[in-house]
Amino acid sequence: MTSIEEKFEESKRLGLQIVKESEEDRLMTLSVGPQHPGSGHFRFVIKVDGDYIVYCDPDPGYVHRGEEKMCEYRNVIQNIPHLERPVIHDSANITYSYSLAVEELVGIEVPRRGQFIRAIASELNRQVYTLYWLAIYGIFLGHSTMFMWPTGDREVIIDLLEALTGARVTHAYNIPGGVRNDMPEGFRDRCLSQIRYLQKRFKEYEDIFYNNPLFRQRTEGVAVLSKEDAIKLGVTGSVVRASSVPFDVRKAEPYDIYNEIDFKVQYMKTGDCFARSYVPLLDMQESCYIIEQLLDKMPASGEVRAKLQPNPKGPPGESYRRVESGRGALGYYIVSDGTPKPYRVKISVGSFRNMLALPYLLVGQRLADMPAVYWSLNYWPVEADR
Amino acid sequence: MSANNKEELNKLAAGSQTKHSSSTSDDTAQQQQPAPPPPSTQPKQIPAKPSPPSATAAASAATTTTPPKPSLASSPAKTQPEPPPFEKGLVEQLKNKFGDIVKVVFIKPLRIKIQVEPQDIVGVASFLRDSMGFDHAESVAGTDYPKDNQIEVVYHLGSYSREELAAHILWLTARTNKDDARLPTLINIYKSVEYHERECYEMLGVYFEGHPRNERFLLPEDWADIPPLRKDFRIKGR
Repeated sequence: MTSIEEKFEESKRLGLQIVKESEEDRLMTLSVGPQHPGSGHFRFVIKVDGDYIVYCDPDPGYVHRGEEKMCEYRNVIQNIPHLERPVIHDSANITYSYSLAVEELVGIEVPRRGQFIRAIASELNRQVYTLYWLAIYGIFLGHSTMFMWPTGDREVIIDLLEALTGARVTHAYNIPGGVRNDMPEGFRDRCLSQIRYLQKRFKEYEDIFYNNPLFRQRTEGVAVLSKEDAIKLGVTGSVVRASSVPFDVRKAEPYDIYNEIDFKVQYMKTGDCFARSYVPLLDMQESCYIIEQLLDKMPASGEVRAKLQPNPKGPPGESYRRVESGRGALGYYIVSDGTPKPYRVKISVGSFRNMLALPYLLVGQRLADMPAVYWSLNYWPVEADR
Repeated sequence: MSANNKEELNKLAAGSQTKHSSSTSDDTAQQQQPAPPPPSTQPKQIPAKPSPPSATAAASAATTTTPPKPSLASSPAKTQPEPPPFEKGLVEQLKNKFGDIVKVVFIKPLRIKIQVEPQDIVGVASFLRDSMGFDHAESVAGTDYPKDNQIEVVYHLGSYSREELAAHILWLTARTNKDDARLPTLINIYKSVEYHERECYEMLGVYFEGHPRNERFLLPEDWADIPPLRKDFRIKGR
């Protein structure tokens, strides 16, 4: 696989050489999405020469809601429910880094038990997202069982989260200062038994899906992203970890109580579609160990939420905080001018960063590999558009 | 420019098609490798940085500077009680190289904010990438300051290749006049800013000189209003 610079140089060179009209006529332009079931609320224009993709131009924005502008009109607490809309399946994580940034600006100390509970909620919610993504990945590679199994197992965690937060999908649970309410009684035992069930299931996923020869043929060696290219493109999450960069925000910049948790950053070296699809499963398995540790080390009682003023505000300042979400580093850049409403909120999401890799990976692939490459990027269109 | 670029890419890929078909022998060679067990994952322990965020949050919140004031740029870390040594070392490295070109806005644990003039940003960024190891941009955020009639663009730079910098984010900022908002693009130094700068162009109207595509990205194609993240754009009904 050539590096980006080489590709650019080559395109410049070829662009000067070949300007034939007859060459143009051979290409066919396809618009994938936004109504296409294989792309989500996202469109990308590709050109094919026979069976090969020779050009790709992403066109996001079909679900752009102006989240960043909306934040400037509401105070920091009112912002929480609408901020989790970009990625409702991972709503605990997208409000987690927002809470961290607001806490830094306002100067809130989170009680220890609250830190544990919101870490548990985020770990569970990351698994909900990853299972949903895995289901989609399975069905678009023609593996119906892999659509049914994770969708069903996702319900297990959703029920847990419902018991914890009171809502199935959009929880508004992580707030600046801690979590909204305490754990229900008996949650620990229920959570542990469900985690054991999931650990058993993940082994079955490997047997039926990841060790399936057909799946391996379609993903192994397809669309390899080298380590140098991954770093240059600034991709994040499972995409960068599949290209042998062991970067995880929980390890690199431990927030809340993650520096007390013992876990490994799972990464792979091949950088192909298979690695990008297998790293999320390894992450989920590691996440199960993290949840067990969190449940063990959690204080038995105590406050879960710091007392807040009605309109929390701090001195003027800026902060940039990030967490590890299901799609990689998720950062919030918040500028405060001393009023209860943020002056500027910028959400740096993993999907938007991973989108840059799409043209580089698709060009040169066969059209039939397009779903395998596209979904391996762990891309969530609504989050990228914000 | 952009149309040419597209054409060039087409040509490139059309030309590389033959290369791809000839490389199938490589693919088969890869498939012949023993495959049955799940591929080798190298679990590796990265040394955790001792950075309890809740403790730093309280400390830094008390000492943050005020962004809307233009004077903040020239007030470096003097007001800070004790800048962390590692971050201070990074700033000294920059200061030795560039002197007064780089203004240090603040030094907080794991976060450094520096400000440069628009004409110097390319030079500083290439030094940051080549000599200091900040190899990618996490985000590019523009902020409108109508009081100063300026727009500030912040590049949040991170590092994958240097392990000791993994927790650090360096904020590289430059301010431009709002009436004729222009900045040199960093796309030749940081490939990762391509879409971020494009978003900044349409949301705040900052034209990035040298960027191949200062075009619509997220907004509707028929958008006919001022850039929406500027402060003089008001949401209807608010």
